[in-house]
Amino acid sequence: MKSSSVPTTSPAASPAASSPSPPSVTPPGRLRRLAPLLALLVAVVLPWSTLRLPGLFEGPLNSPGTLQLLAVCLVFAGLALGYDLLFGRAGLLSFGHALYVAAGAYGVDILVSHYGWRLWPTVAVTVLAAAVLAALLGAVALRTSGIAFSMVTLAFAQVGHIVINRDPGGLTGGEEGLPLSSAGLPAMFTGVVNTVNLYWLALAFLTVVVVTVHTIDRAPLGRTLTGLRDDERRIAVLGLSPYRLKLLAFVLAGTLAGLGGATYALVVGGASPHIASSELTLSLIVMAVLGGAGTRWGAVVGGFLYAYLDQRLARLGGSLPGPFGEPLFVLGTLFILAVYFAPGGLASLSSRLEPLRRALRPRPAPDAI
Amino acid sequence: MSTVVLLALTGLGLAALYFLIASGLSLVFGLAGVLNFAHGLFLSVGAYAAWTVSESWGAIPAILLGVAVAATTGALVELVLIRPLYTRHTEQVLVTVGLSLAGVALLQSVWGADARVFPRPAWASSVVNIAGAQVPADRFLLIGAAVLVLLGLLAFLRFTRYGLVIRAGVENRDMVSALGIDVRNAFTLVFAIGGALAGLAGILAGMYFSSISPGQGASLLIFAFIVVVIGGLGSVTGAFAAAVAVGLLQQFVNYYGTAGAGDVSVVALLAAVLLLRPAGLAGKAAPA
Amino acid sequence: MILKINNLSVRLGGSHILQGVAFDVAETGVTALLGRNGVGKTTTLRAVLGEVPATGEVLFDGRPALGRATHRLVRDGLGYVPEDRCVFAGLTVAENLRLAVRVPSPDFDLVFDLFPELRKRAGQRAGTLSGGQQQMVAIARVLLNPNRLLLVDEPTKGLAPAVVTAVAAVLERIAARVPILLVEQNLAVVRRLATDAVVLEAGRTAWRGRAADLLSDADATRSLLGVGTTAGRH
Ligand SMILES: Nc1ncnc2c1ncn2[C@@H]1O[C@H](COP(=O)(O)OP(=O)(O)OP(=O)(O)O)[C@@H](O)[C@H]1O
Ligand SMILES: [Mg+2]
Repeated sequence: MKSSSVPTTSPAASPAASSPSPPSVTPPGRLRRLAPLLALLVAVVLPWSTLRLPGLFEGPLNSPGTLQLLAVCLVFAGLALGYDLLFGRAGLLSFGHALYVAAGAYGVDILVSHYGWRLWPTVAVTVLAAAVLAALLGAVALRTSGIAFSMVTLAFAQVGHIVINRDPGGLTGGEEGLPLSSAGLPAMFTGVVNTVNLYWLALAFLTVVVVTVHTIDRAPLGRTLTGLRDDERRIAVLGLSPYRLKLLAFVLAGTLAGLGGATYALVVGGASPHIASSELTLSLIVMAVLGGAGTRWGAVVGGFLYAYLDQRLARLGGSLPGPFGEPLFVLGTLFILAVYFAPGGLASLSSRLEPLRRALRPRPAPDAI
Repeated sequence: MSTVVLLALTGLGLAALYFLIASGLSLVFGLAGVLNFAHGLFLSVGAYAAWTVSESWGAIPAILLGVAVAATTGALVELVLIRPLYTRHTEQVLVTVGLSLAGVALLQSVWGADARVFPRPAWASSVVNIAGAQVPADRFLLIGAAVLVLLGLLAFLRFTRYGLVIRAGVENRDMVSALGIDVRNAFTLVFAIGGALAGLAGILAGMYFSSISPGQGASLLIFAFIVVVIGGLGSVTGAFAAAVAVGLLQQFVNYYGTAGAGDVSVVALLAAVLLLRPAGLAGKAAPA
Repeated sequence: MILKINNLSVRLGGSHILQGVAFDVAETGVTALLGRNGVGKTTTLRAVLGEVPATGEVLFDGRPALGRATHRLVRDGLGYVPEDRCVFAGLTVAENLRLAVRVPSPDFDLVFDLFPELRKRAGQRAGTLSGGQQQMVAIARVLLNPNRLLLVDEPTKGLAPAVVTAVAAVLERIAARVPILLVEQNLAVVRRLATDAVVLEAGRTAWRGRAADLLSDADATRSLLGVGTTAGRH
């Protein structure tokens, strides 16, 4: 399956994509390269701000409610980019990504809450387990391709969802979910005043995903993966095994999902069957496509915005008329519109606006931010 | 013995639901190449339409209305959403994904997220004694409907002009166009047929479970997907055989094993079939 | 001229396969479309039919053809006999033929006159026919309806010599009533049927003129087609 209309390079991607490095780094180019670092810096110091943004957030930026909302957005930004390693880069339309997210979340939750493990070893073991699970199931699923691959991954994930719902041995808490017992957690992650630490944790997770995926983008592996997406035969001709490459991508994405699931369980204080559902995978697809699948920052932006809108709309729900009170109605409709009118996602919108921006910029002065 | 009979008939009833959903999905996929995530929505639309009028109209007119509304929904989805993305299969799948999310949310905003009690005709609640087993009559309703639909579909495919076009199109769409046939009309038709059958499945499922909810379609859909893949994409008889296998396996293992083991064994069956026969039971190679 | 192609350009999977093909097809007789393997002959036919996205100009019967739906062009009389036959393997011979019918009085007389074999095998699944028989079905499908032009892609590919001769004879009879654009690797067949010839090379038209002129020029044939004039398909 080829995601034909997805542009492989966006303006943001061009510095890395043009492998013979550009002769001179122009000020806007350097700015563009520094922008992510600046954004990270802003995000790190944000909890010290008491700024109020009425309409956007209910409390000031450093209020626990706002920080929690932002933390969830950051986790989904990371999950979406991890998924895009599969979908946008390797062209694998997996419908079962939720399974690895759930493995991470429930793994941490169960080991900490039921068995009283300490947090950090738990996270390490859980993420490893998610990786092994992805390797085992990926090895089977990747024997198929195209739609059959989507179906098999969907079916595997469905098993996870069913098992979690059935509450085997009272481990998962069934439909109610399993609250994370705070007794086993380090003090810095418990209590409302420590929400800020969860925020930083989510930010750290996102940073790990971004660094991992962007490193892969730049490495030969990244180019091979996109080559695989565009034409599998070409890669096979090079003497590489498409199967092993795809499996590698699948395991990497599964590992990142496991880490994201673990982070998510900490941020929201537990795990519920929803994160194992096919709906979660579908929303990851929506995030990646809305933002711009296969681009550097598309999935991050898409995941962040989706999670933000999802939470805000749910909170505003009652006050909006009819179906607009349902977050999924708004997001699903937005998504359909995006597939038609902005096939490259938000990333392509920004490239369409580029000429306009250039025209508006008076001269290429190194203007301050 | 009586337990086995009851389990077998219940499993076949479940198989009937799977078949009703899967046969349409399979035709839509085989002909138009669209993996339709919105198929579960057709099911719920049919069920809610029938539910809305069932009090005042009575059972049979309500069923007919539900089926008609679901068929219309299917045809409209093809005409408005799928057709403009002709041959761009990934985008088509994405659109149906978006539609399944938005559609279920829309149903929720109209009828609420909670399950509604679905009225069943009195005779459907009666029991029939077979080999010592007390079998609820609704099982026979499901099985009978599925068998009728199977025969009707096969007759349609074999003896009508559109059936011929659909069978040929499942093999090679481009060649059908190259014979001067507007194959897209057949796409609309299979979406309408798929919608109608899904709507029927939704209504029957409502009677079977005595309730309907906006998310019901989605949960049945996943097993229908499995049936489609096991049966071979585009094959109606394959879907029938696979539905029977899946329904019986699920029912028996769920009863004799631990809860949920039946669902897991269905997925294991899927994995086994795909590894042994990647094209499914009935053969058409799964297009990439 | 029944078909006029100008500056036809096709990109597929990132490669520029046709880069300005130009030639005409006469109102009568057979025009041979030649060139080495993989040069883009099939792609040219598919572009004319609208099966692959193309730019440039194609006039069929004086009307622009690019951008029109395949089935409409076919209904206007553009018959297509594809490479590798593409019969519907799961359908019977009779069903294959019935599917192709789109006029009230299809010419079954002509079809069964040319291919009496098909009448005998009406109930057989097309997938179980021999290659030659499948080719008969593929040709019969287009002959049931009236045509203004036939696009025929390598009808003798993979057939035994006796069957090649039979197919060539059939095409010769058909060519007496309707013009044919014929892709053919067997130069003996080309010599027998073609009045005009077009040779593609590197995505462009490299030669156009009378078929006899091309085939009598051993050097041109060798350099353009990579074969001696007496050779058939490797
Ligand atoms: N869908 C496609 N995607 C990418 N490349 C394609 C596609 N279809 C054809 N090609 C390439 O286009 C070129 C021309 O193919 P085409 O089938 O038109 O050649 P041909 O002249 O008919 O060859 P032959 O004599 O072997 O039949 C080939 O190199 C082929 O690999
Ligand atoms: Mg060819």
